[in-house]
Amino acid sequence: MPEQMIVTGGLVIDPARKLEAVRDVLIEDGRISAVAAGLHRKPSLKGVPSIDAKGKWVIPGLVDMHVHLREPGREGDETIATGTKAAARGGVTTVLAMANTEPVCDTPSQLSFLRAKARTDAAITVLFAGAVTLGQKGEKLTEFAKLRAAGAAALSDDGRPLMNAGLLRRALEYAKDLGLLVIDHCEDLSLSNGACVHEGPAALRKGLKGTPWAAETVQVVRDIALAELTGARLHIAHVSAAASVDAIRAAKKRGIRITSEAAPHHFALNDKDLPGYDADWKMNPPLRGADDRLALLAGLADGTIDAIATDHAPHGCAAKSLGMDLAPFGVIGLETSLAVALTDLFHKKVLTRRKLVERLSSGPAGLLGLKAKGTLAPGSDADVVVVDPDAIWTPEAPFLSKSRNTPFAGRRLKGRAVTTLSGGRVVHAL
Amino acid sequence: MAPTTWERKDLLGLEGLSAAEIETILDLAASFKTAPPADDLGGRTVAFIFTEASTRTRSSFEMAAKRLGADVLSFSPVGSSLSKGETLLDTFLNLQAVGVTHFVVRHERSGVLEELAPLLKASVINAGDGWHEHPTQALLDLLTLRDRWGSFKGRKIVVLGDIRHSRVARSNLFALKKLGAKVVFCGPTPLCPDDFSALGATVEHDVEKALKGADAVNVLRLQIERMDQGFVPSLADYALSYQLTPARADLMKPEALVLHPGPINRGVEIASEVADGPRSVILEQVANGVLARMAVLSLCEKGRSLA
Ligand SMILES: [Zn+2]
Repeated sequence: MPEQMIVTGGLVIDPARKLEAVRDVLIEDGRISAVAAGLHRKPSLKGVPSIDAKGKWVIPGLVDMHVHLREPGREGDETIATGTKAAARGGVTTVLAMANTEPVCDTPSQLSFLRAKARTDAAITVLFAGAVTLGQKGEKLTEFAKLRAAGAAALSDDGRPLMNAGLLRRALEYAKDLGLLVIDHCEDLSLSNGACVHEGPAALRKGLKGTPWAAETVQVVRDIALAELTGARLHIAHVSAAASVDAIRAAKKRGIRITSEAAPHHFALNDKDLPGYDADWKMNPPLRGADDRLALLAGLADGTIDAIATDHAPHGCAAKSLGMDLAPFGVIGLETSLAVALTDLFHKKVLTRRKLVERLSSGPAGLLGLKAKGTLAPGSDADVVVVDPDAIWTPEAPFLSKSRNTPFAGRRLKGRAVTTLSGGRVVHAL
Repeated sequence: MAPTTWERKDLLGLEGLSAAEIETILDLAASFKTAPPADDLGGRTVAFIFTEASTRTRSSFEMAAKRLGADVLSFSPVGSSLSKGETLLDTFLNLQAVGVTHFVVRHERSGVLEELAPLLKASVINAGDGWHEHPTQALLDLLTLRDRWGSFKGRKIVVLGDIRHSRVARSNLFALKKLGAKVVFCGPTPLCPDDFSALGATVEHDVEKALKGADAVNVLRLQIERMDQGFVPSLADYALSYQLTPARADLMKPEALVLHPGPINRGVEIASEVADGPRSVILEQVANGVLARMAVLSLCEKGRSLA
């Protein structure tokens, strides 16, 4: 007998199949085996363990293509074990871990080690990005083919921008041949130089050094040109500025193979929300102006922004207590991304529920070429989330993440994951 | 005596104060000119924590504390250990434990006191934090202007120079706006970005236009290192466009005043003839500094006993 489970009576939302209807979902041996009405009444399925999803949504697990798990090197801030538990709680069943660990994930052996670690420690699926350059120094390309053979799911120097355009050009050309996605953190360091917040009135009022939106956009525009030149796929991480969204929209219209993601803190908050000098609100790129936030909403709505990704970046309290100017950049986000997206995108009518699931799940799965993720089609991995879209709750410490650096602590949110299944196993249940 | 609208133990900035609170400080400071100060801080200890050197502000505060009868404790921060937030709190808590009742703090980081002050029983007085605020410097500017004018309503005050990096400019703006004055920020765009208009300032990059019809100009010191950081191409180039020369000063109202927080770079941001000329109230500012700081220490002491 196969190991079975049935999720009954929920509103199944599967954008990949344009399905939005009340259905039962049958899981067998870690895969979706059937999605249909009234499965639970079938005599052959009597006695199969079930999860009642009546009045709730049933969606494919979230794919978060931008997280930092800090292992190896900074296990005090996060590990694969704690980061993936946090993810499960937030309805995230696949993450792409960035390569800026200590040491940097820039060799096949490092990648193999991490994948083995994930097999034993992770509650969900963990994919790993390999670095684009050795040590993320921006000088010499890593061995892309070997990294791909060792299982790299994408290439990125995230945490640092690829400042050298000539090097990025070669990276895109090699990656294109290998079918690998290059993800760029767009920031011109000569413009952002030492800043801790967005350059604008809020920074001037507080006397803090700001980085202009143009620090991002000049690199985005350069990247678009290089994507056009090489014909390669290029993905822009954590887009934050209105002008970047405009540039990406225009590039897509011209058929350039560029994609992008936005983070919940960027589309839910702006620089005026920053309370005092709390470094739990310090991230890179920073919270931008009110108009930038509106542009992100428009970009999410029209598909200019393909994916919602958290840029989950855990830092311990000691580091974050150093103050706005000295504390490291980054906020955690895995436990709140679905809830913030529901609160600020679905309930505020920026996105329909189908588009919301697309940006959170099928969209990023498609960008990473994951055939068995981001959908509930029979045969795919049984990564399933039961969502209560109307549950009111307030994220507060303790978090399942080892760190607690989030601007959403204490904020009233509407909607959350009730149950999360990864490969058919329950990895989170309220 | 001053009206009893003051209930704070700390003075971290002027942005959060009401006009009435600012007037309360100014009234008390002005009263010290005629009535000798009471022994308001008798038996109290004021500690000075300065991670940046500032002889002027510090000696002005020390004088103020002593005239109110306080003991003064000088604390020399060791190297850079104070630049870390948690270490700074430890320092405060230890000094508080040995009897310090007031901290006067100069720190190179903006906003560093906002999280620390609520954790202390002692009063915390901001003597300049990063590029953020320098409230007592603005208060002494206000005191100097009010002595001449009586009221700020309808007055036009130009702040000239490196506004971006100036805590004096911010504190002046926040307070002067509350008291009904018009504040014009003037300087080259890298040092005086247009975004300041969102904070209520009028931003003007043409110094002649800015000064026309002004009641006062507050000339800021140009830090020489801004040249290396690329904010100005050279001191001479800056001086050509923005130095307060006698001709430019004459564009203001005939009775207009010239202020400067010091120390002055003569021949850079201001010409000597203007700094030493009849419009200049720079030495009055220094004298008023002691009075303004006495008023702040005294009021915060009262606020501390309320808490
Ligand atoms: Zn990044």
